[in-house]
Amino acid sequence: MNVVKEPMTIRTSGLGSCVGVVLYDQTKKIAGLVHIMLPDSNLGKSDQVNVAKFADTGIYALMELLKAEGVRPMGLKAKIAGGSQMFQFGSNDTIRIGPRNIEAVKKELKRLSIPLTAEDTGGSSGRTIEFDPAHSILHVRTVSQGTKEI
Amino acid sequence: MNTDNLITDMHLDVLKEVGNIGAAHAATSLSQLLNRKIDMHVPKVELVSFDGMFDLAGGAETVVAGIFLRIEGDLSGSMFFVLPLDSANHFIRKLIGDETFDFASHDIPDMGISAMQELGNILSGSYLSALSDFTGLKIYPTVPSLSVDMVGAIVSFGLIEVSQHSDEVIVIDTQIREEGPDGTASVNGHFFLLPDPSSYAAIFRSLGVL
Repeated sequence: MNVVKEPMTIRTSGLGSCVGVVLYDQTKKIAGLVHIMLPDSNLGKSDQVNVAKFADTGIYALMELLKAEGVRPMGLKAKIAGGSQMFQFGSNDTIRIGPRNIEAVKKELKRLSIPLTAEDTGGSSGRTIEFDPAHSILHVRTVSQGTKEI
Repeated sequence: MNTDNLITDMHLDVLKEVGNIGAAHAATSLSQLLNRKIDMHVPKVELVSFDGMFDLAGGAETVVAGIFLRIEGDLSGSMFFVLPLDSANHFIRKLIGDETFDFASHDIPDMGISAMQELGNILSGSYLSALSDFTGLKIYPTVPSLSVDMVGAIVSFGLIEVSQHSDEVIVIDTQIREEGPDGTASVNGHFFLLPDPSSYAAIFRSLGVL
Protein backbone atom coordinates (compact mmCIF):
# COMPACT_ATOMS: atom_id res chain seq x y z
CA MET A 1 0.00 0.00 0.00
CA ASN A 2 1.49 3.29 -1.11
CA VAL A 3 0.67 6.80 -2.33
CA VAL A 4 2.34 8.84 -5.11
CA LYS A 5 2.02 12.29 -6.69
CA GLU A 6 2.75 13.20 -10.33
CA PRO A 7 5.17 12.80 -12.09
CA MET A 8 5.74 9.55 -10.19
CA THR A 9 3.75 6.46 -11.11
CA ILE A 10 2.74 3.52 -8.96
CA ARG A 11 2.71 -0.12 -10.02
CA THR A 12 2.26 -3.70 -8.93
CA SER A 13 3.29 -6.70 -11.02
CA GLY A 14 2.05 -10.23 -11.51
CA LEU A 15 -1.51 -9.86 -10.21
CA GLY A 16 -3.43 -13.13 -10.40
CA SER A 17 -6.49 -13.60 -8.23
CA CYS A 18 -5.47 -10.47 -6.30
CA VAL A 19 -7.12 -7.17 -7.16
CA GLY A 20 -5.11 -3.95 -7.53
CA VAL A 21 -7.23 -1.03 -6.33
CA VAL A 22 -6.20 2.49 -7.31
CA LEU A 23 -7.80 5.46 -5.56
CA TYR A 24 -6.99 8.79 -7.19
CA ASP A 25 -7.76 12.48 -7.08
CA GLN A 26 -7.86 13.82 -10.63
CA THR A 27 -7.34 17.48 -9.73
CA LYS A 28 -4.68 17.01 -7.07
CA LYS A 29 -2.93 14.39 -9.29
CA ILE A 30 -2.29 12.07 -6.40
CA ALA A 31 -3.03 8.36 -6.25
CA GLY A 32 -2.72 5.36 -3.95
CA LEU A 33 -2.57 1.64 -4.69
CA VAL A 34 -3.49 -1.29 -2.51
CA HIS A 35 -3.02 -4.95 -3.39
CA ILE A 36 -6.05 -6.96 -2.18
CA MET A 37 -5.45 -10.70 -1.66
CA LEU A 38 -8.54 -11.77 0.24
CA PRO A 39 -12.16 -10.57 0.30
CA ASP A 40 -12.81 -10.43 4.02
CA SER A 41 -10.68 -9.82 7.12
CA ASN A 42 -12.78 -12.43 8.93
CA LEU A 43 -10.80 -14.96 6.88
CA GLY A 44 -7.72 -13.89 8.83
CA LYS A 45 -6.64 -16.66 11.19
CA SER A 46 -3.87 -14.82 12.96
CA ASP A 47 -3.93 -12.24 15.75
CA GLN A 48 -1.83 -9.70 13.91
CA VAL A 49 -3.90 -8.56 10.96
CA ASN A 50 -2.22 -6.97 7.96
CA VAL A 51 -5.12 -4.67 7.02
CA ALA A 52 -3.73 -3.99 3.53
CA LYS A 53 -4.48 -7.44 2.13
CA PHE A 54 -8.23 -7.61 2.81
CA ALA A 55 -10.86 -5.81 0.71
CA ASP A 56 -12.95 -4.73 3.70
CA THR A 57 -10.02 -3.15 5.54
CA GLY A 58 -7.40 -2.36 2.87
CA ILE A 59 -9.40 0.13 0.79
CA TYR A 60 -10.45 2.02 3.91
CA ALA A 61 -6.83 2.12 5.12
CA LEU A 62 -5.72 3.49 1.73
CA MET A 63 -8.42 6.17 1.91
CA GLU A 64 -7.14 7.20 5.35
CA LEU A 65 -3.59 7.35 3.97
CA LEU A 66 -4.75 9.66 1.18
CA LYS A 67 -6.69 11.79 3.66
CA ALA A 68 -3.46 12.25 5.61
CA GLU A 69 -1.98 13.65 2.38
CA GLY A 70 -4.71 16.29 2.29
CA VAL A 71 -7.07 14.58 -0.14
CA ARG A 72 -10.82 14.95 0.46
CA PRO A 73 -12.66 11.58 0.26
CA MET A 74 -15.36 13.30 -1.86
CA GLY A 75 -12.83 13.87 -4.63
CA LEU A 76 -11.68 10.26 -4.83
CA LYS A 77 -12.35 7.91 -7.73
CA ALA A 78 -11.29 4.30 -8.25
CA LYS A 79 -9.90 2.08 -11.00
CA ILE A 80 -9.38 -1.63 -10.42
CA ALA A 81 -7.73 -4.57 -12.21
CA GLY A 82 -7.09 -8.23 -11.44
CA GLY A 83 -9.23 -10.95 -9.88
CA SER A 84 -8.53 -13.61 -12.46
CA GLN A 85 -9.08 -17.32 -12.05
CA MET A 86 -5.63 -18.75 -12.74
CA PHE A 87 -6.57 -22.38 -12.08
CA GLN A 88 -9.87 -24.20 -12.00
CA PHE A 89 -9.32 -25.95 -8.70
CA GLY A 90 -7.85 -25.37 -5.27
CA SER A 91 -8.66 -25.77 -1.60
CA ASN A 92 -12.14 -24.79 -0.40
CA ASP A 93 -10.96 -21.34 0.57
CA THR A 94 -9.31 -20.60 -2.74
CA ILE A 95 -12.04 -21.65 -5.17
CA ARG A 96 -13.37 -18.61 -7.04
CA ILE A 97 -11.14 -16.34 -4.93
CA GLY A 98 -10.63 -13.96 -7.88
CA PRO A 99 -14.35 -13.27 -8.49
CA ARG A 100 -14.92 -13.05 -4.73
CA ASN A 101 -12.16 -10.45 -4.41
CA ILE A 102 -13.70 -8.35 -7.23
CA GLU A 103 -17.14 -8.56 -5.63
CA ALA A 104 -15.81 -7.57 -2.20
CA VAL A 105 -13.79 -4.65 -3.62
CA LYS A 106 -16.86 -3.26 -5.43
CA LYS A 107 -19.01 -3.62 -2.34
CA GLU A 108 -16.47 -1.75 -0.24
CA LEU A 109 -16.10 1.05 -2.83
CA LYS A 110 -19.87 1.44 -2.79
CA ARG A 111 -19.92 1.58 1.00
CA LEU A 112 -17.26 4.31 0.95
CA SER A 113 -19.14 6.15 -1.87
CA ILE A 114 -16.09 6.06 -4.16
CA PRO A 115 -17.15 5.89 -7.85
CA LEU A 116 -15.53 3.12 -9.91
CA THR A 117 -14.55 4.72 -13.23
CA ALA A 118 -12.80 1.81 -14.96
CA GLU A 119 -11.98 -1.86 -14.45
CA ASP A 120 -10.19 -4.72 -16.16
CA THR A 121 -11.13 -7.75 -14.10
CA GLY A 122 -11.75 -11.50 -14.31
CA GLY A 123 -10.51 -13.84 -17.02
CA SER A 124 -7.63 -16.23 -16.51
CA SER A 125 -4.54 -14.08 -17.16
CA GLY A 126 -2.04 -12.43 -14.87
CA ARG A 127 -1.75 -8.64 -15.00
CA THR A 128 0.85 -6.00 -14.28
CA ILE A 129 -0.63 -2.58 -13.63
CA GLU A 130 0.81 0.91 -13.47
CA PHE A 131 -1.10 4.09 -12.65
CA ASP A 132 -0.12 7.54 -13.83
CA PRO A 133 -1.67 10.19 -11.54
CA ALA A 134 -0.84 13.02 -13.97
CA HIS A 135 -3.34 11.68 -16.52
CA SER A 136 -5.43 9.35 -14.30
CA ILE A 137 -4.64 6.45 -16.62
CA LEU A 138 -4.19 2.84 -15.56
CA HIS A 139 -1.91 0.79 -17.81
CA VAL A 140 -2.75 -2.91 -17.72
CA ARG A 141 -0.32 -5.42 -19.23
CA THR A 142 -1.05 -9.10 -19.86
CA VAL A 143 1.25 -11.70 -21.42
CA SER A 144 -1.10 -12.54 -24.30
CA GLN A 145 -2.62 -9.15 -25.09
CA GLY A 146 0.08 -6.60 -24.40
CA THR A 147 -0.69 -3.29 -22.72
CA LYS A 148 -3.98 -1.44 -22.68
CA GLU A 149 -5.07 1.79 -21.03
CA ILE A 150 -8.17 2.19 -18.95
CA MET B 1 -2.56 -22.86 16.51
CA ASN B 2 0.11 -20.30 15.81
CA THR B 3 3.29 -22.12 14.83
CA ASP B 4 5.11 -19.10 13.43
CA ASN B 5 7.15 -18.55 16.55
CA LEU B 6 8.07 -22.22 16.77
CA ILE B 7 9.88 -22.44 13.47
CA THR B 8 13.62 -22.43 14.03
CA ASP B 9 16.65 -23.03 11.82
CA MET B 10 16.62 -26.64 12.96
CA HIS B 11 13.12 -27.11 11.56
CA LEU B 12 14.14 -25.56 8.26
CA ASP B 13 17.23 -27.80 8.10
CA VAL B 14 15.10 -30.90 8.57
CA LEU B 15 12.80 -29.77 5.76
CA LYS B 16 15.83 -29.22 3.55
CA GLU B 17 16.91 -32.81 4.20
CA VAL B 18 13.44 -34.08 3.31
CA GLY B 19 13.40 -31.86 0.23
CA ASN B 20 16.70 -33.28 -0.96
CA ILE B 21 15.40 -36.83 -0.69
CA GLY B 22 12.35 -35.89 -2.76
CA ALA B 23 14.52 -34.02 -5.26
CA ALA B 24 16.84 -37.00 -5.76
CA HIS B 25 13.88 -39.23 -6.64
CA ALA B 26 12.40 -36.64 -8.99
CA ALA B 27 15.76 -36.12 -10.71
CA THR B 28 16.06 -39.86 -11.35
CA SER B 29 12.59 -39.91 -12.93
CA LEU B 30 13.38 -36.94 -15.13
CA SER B 31 16.76 -38.37 -16.17
CA GLN B 32 15.08 -41.60 -17.27
CA LEU B 33 12.38 -39.70 -19.14
CA LEU B 34 14.80 -37.51 -21.07
CA ASN B 35 17.80 -39.80 -21.14
CA ARG B 36 19.92 -36.95 -19.83
CA LYS B 37 21.83 -36.22 -16.66
CA ILE B 38 19.58 -34.10 -14.46
CA ASP B 39 20.62 -32.66 -11.15
CA MET B 40 18.16 -31.42 -8.53
CA HIS B 41 18.90 -30.10 -5.12
CA VAL B 42 17.41 -27.96 -2.40
CA PRO B 43 19.69 -24.95 -1.95
CA LYS B 44 17.80 -23.79 1.10
CA VAL B 45 14.52 -23.82 2.93
CA GLU B 46 13.42 -20.42 4.06
CA LEU B 47 10.66 -18.48 5.67
CA VAL B 48 10.21 -15.72 3.09
CA SER B 49 7.84 -12.86 2.33
CA PHE B 50 5.51 -13.29 -0.64
CA ASP B 51 7.60 -10.90 -2.76
CA GLY B 52 10.73 -12.78 -1.69
CA MET B 53 9.21 -15.93 -3.07
CA PHE B 54 8.50 -14.37 -6.49
CA ASP B 55 12.11 -13.16 -6.53
CA LEU B 56 13.29 -16.77 -6.15
CA ALA B 57 11.66 -17.44 -9.52
CA GLY B 58 13.04 -14.34 -11.24
CA GLY B 59 10.57 -11.63 -10.18
CA ALA B 60 6.76 -11.46 -10.21
CA GLU B 61 6.54 -10.48 -13.87
CA THR B 62 8.74 -13.22 -15.36
CA VAL B 63 6.78 -15.35 -17.80
CA VAL B 64 6.95 -19.04 -16.97
CA ALA B 65 5.28 -22.35 -17.68
CA GLY B 66 3.84 -23.19 -14.27
CA ILE B 67 2.32 -26.45 -13.11
CA PHE B 68 0.14 -26.24 -10.04
CA LEU B 69 -1.26 -29.03 -7.94
CA ARG B 70 -2.80 -29.29 -4.51
CA ILE B 71 -1.74 -31.82 -1.91
CA GLU B 72 -4.33 -33.31 0.40
CA GLY B 73 -4.19 -35.94 3.14
CA ASP B 74 -2.21 -35.81 6.40
CA LEU B 75 -0.27 -32.97 4.82
CA SER B 76 -2.03 -30.27 2.81
CA GLY B 77 -0.45 -27.59 0.72
CA SER B 78 0.33 -26.38 -2.76
CA MET B 79 3.06 -27.42 -5.11
CA PHE B 80 4.41 -25.55 -8.12
CA PHE B 81 6.78 -26.66 -10.84
CA VAL B 82 7.98 -23.50 -12.55
CA LEU B 83 10.14 -23.40 -15.67
CA PRO B 84 11.28 -20.34 -17.64
CA LEU B 85 9.79 -20.54 -21.14
CA ASP B 86 13.04 -21.46 -22.91
CA SER B 87 13.65 -24.29 -20.43
CA ALA B 88 10.07 -25.55 -20.75
CA ASN B 89 10.40 -25.47 -24.56
CA HIS B 90 13.68 -27.36 -24.31
CA PHE B 91 12.16 -30.19 -22.22
CA ILE B 92 8.94 -30.49 -24.16
CA ARG B 93 10.61 -30.42 -27.60
CA LYS B 94 12.69 -33.41 -26.47
CA LEU B 95 9.69 -35.19 -25.00
CA ILE B 96 7.36 -34.88 -28.00
CA GLY B 97 10.08 -34.81 -30.67
CA ASP B 98 8.90 -31.56 -32.20
CA GLU B 99 11.59 -28.87 -32.46
CA THR B 100 9.06 -26.21 -33.54
CA PHE B 101 7.03 -26.43 -30.35
CA ASP B 102 6.85 -23.12 -28.47
CA PHE B 103 5.00 -22.17 -25.26
CA ALA B 104 5.11 -18.55 -26.40
CA SER B 105 2.89 -19.30 -29.41
CA HIS B 106 -0.65 -18.00 -29.40
CA ASP B 107 -2.37 -21.38 -29.55
CA ILE B 108 -0.14 -23.75 -27.64
CA PRO B 109 -0.49 -27.22 -29.24
CA ASP B 110 -2.42 -29.65 -26.99
CA MET B 111 0.32 -32.23 -27.33
CA GLY B 112 2.81 -29.94 -25.58
CA ILE B 113 0.37 -28.94 -22.83
CA SER B 114 -0.39 -32.56 -22.17
CA ALA B 115 3.32 -33.46 -22.11
CA MET B 116 4.05 -30.63 -19.68
CA GLN B 117 1.24 -31.74 -17.36
CA GLU B 118 2.55 -35.30 -17.51
CA LEU B 119 6.04 -34.05 -16.72
CA GLY B 120 4.62 -32.23 -13.70
CA ASN B 121 2.74 -35.36 -12.71
CA ILE B 122 5.80 -37.63 -12.84
CA LEU B 123 8.09 -35.21 -11.04
CA SER B 124 5.67 -34.26 -8.29
CA GLY B 125 4.67 -37.92 -7.91
CA SER B 126 8.22 -39.10 -7.30
CA TYR B 127 8.96 -36.11 -5.07
CA LEU B 128 5.87 -36.61 -2.95
CA SER B 129 6.15 -40.39 -2.64
CA ALA B 130 9.68 -39.93 -1.28
CA LEU B 131 8.36 -37.35 1.15
CA SER B 132 5.53 -39.67 2.16
CA ASP B 133 7.85 -42.66 2.69
CA PHE B 134 10.19 -40.59 4.81
CA THR B 135 7.59 -38.93 7.02
CA GLY B 136 4.99 -41.69 7.14
CA LEU B 137 2.37 -39.06 6.24
CA LYS B 138 -0.34 -39.88 3.72
CA ILE B 139 -0.06 -37.45 0.83
CA TYR B 140 -2.46 -37.31 -2.10
CA PRO B 141 -1.68 -34.98 -5.00
CA THR B 142 -4.42 -33.69 -7.28
CA VAL B 143 -4.15 -33.75 -11.07
CA PRO B 144 -1.76 -30.99 -12.16
CA SER B 145 -2.90 -27.94 -14.07
CA LEU B 146 -0.79 -25.78 -16.40
CA SER B 147 -0.68 -22.04 -16.89
CA VAL B 148 1.72 -20.00 -19.01
CA ASP B 149 1.79 -16.59 -17.41
CA MET B 150 3.56 -14.22 -15.00
CA VAL B 151 5.08 -16.13 -12.10
CA GLY B 152 3.51 -13.78 -9.53
CA ALA B 153 0.03 -14.47 -10.88
CA ILE B 154 0.60 -18.23 -10.88
CA VAL B 155 2.35 -18.71 -7.55
CA SER B 156 0.18 -16.25 -5.61
CA PHE B 157 -2.66 -18.72 -6.15
CA GLY B 158 -0.86 -21.05 -3.75
CA LEU B 159 -0.36 -18.27 -1.21
CA ILE B 160 -4.04 -17.58 -0.59
CA GLU B 161 -4.26 -20.31 2.02
CA VAL B 162 -1.10 -19.07 3.74
CA SER B 163 -2.09 -15.41 3.56
CA GLN B 164 -4.99 -16.06 5.92
CA HIS B 165 -2.44 -16.89 8.61
CA SER B 166 0.62 -14.79 7.95
CA ASP B 167 2.61 -12.77 5.44
CA GLU B 168 5.43 -15.27 5.28
CA VAL B 169 5.64 -18.74 3.85
CA ILE B 170 7.93 -21.77 4.23
CA VAL B 171 9.42 -22.38 0.80
CA ILE B 172 11.11 -25.65 -0.03
CA ASP B 173 12.73 -24.53 -3.26
CA THR B 174 14.29 -27.12 -5.51
CA GLN B 175 16.60 -26.18 -8.34
CA ILE B 176 16.66 -28.29 -11.47
CA ARG B 177 19.71 -28.28 -13.72
CA GLU B 178 20.51 -30.23 -16.81
CA GLU B 179 24.15 -30.81 -17.66
CA GLY B 180 24.87 -29.79 -21.24
CA PRO B 181 27.55 -31.41 -23.43
CA ASP B 182 30.11 -28.79 -22.33
CA GLY B 183 29.25 -29.29 -18.71
CA THR B 184 27.17 -26.15 -18.27
CA ALA B 185 23.65 -26.15 -16.93
CA SER B 186 21.22 -25.57 -19.73
CA VAL B 187 18.00 -25.69 -17.76
CA ASN B 188 17.09 -23.90 -14.61
CA GLY B 189 13.74 -24.57 -13.02
CA HIS B 190 12.15 -24.52 -9.62
CA PHE B 191 9.90 -26.69 -7.53
CA PHE B 192 8.04 -24.94 -4.75
CA LEU B 193 6.40 -26.88 -1.97
CA LEU B 194 4.22 -24.66 0.19
CA PRO B 195 2.72 -26.52 3.13
CA ASP B 196 -0.47 -24.97 4.50
CA PRO B 197 0.23 -23.45 7.93
CA SER B 198 -2.31 -25.86 9.41
CA SER B 199 0.04 -28.69 8.34
CA TYR B 200 3.26 -27.33 9.87
CA ALA B 201 2.64 -29.16 13.14
CA ALA B 202 1.92 -32.48 11.36
CA ILE B 203 5.17 -32.30 9.37
CA PHE B 204 7.37 -31.43 12.30
CA ARG B 205 5.72 -34.03 14.52
CA SER B 206 6.32 -36.74 11.89
CA LEU B 207 9.97 -35.71 11.73
CA GLY B 208 10.33 -35.75 15.49
CA VAL B 209 11.18 -32.08 15.85
CA LEU B 210 8.07 -30.76 17.53
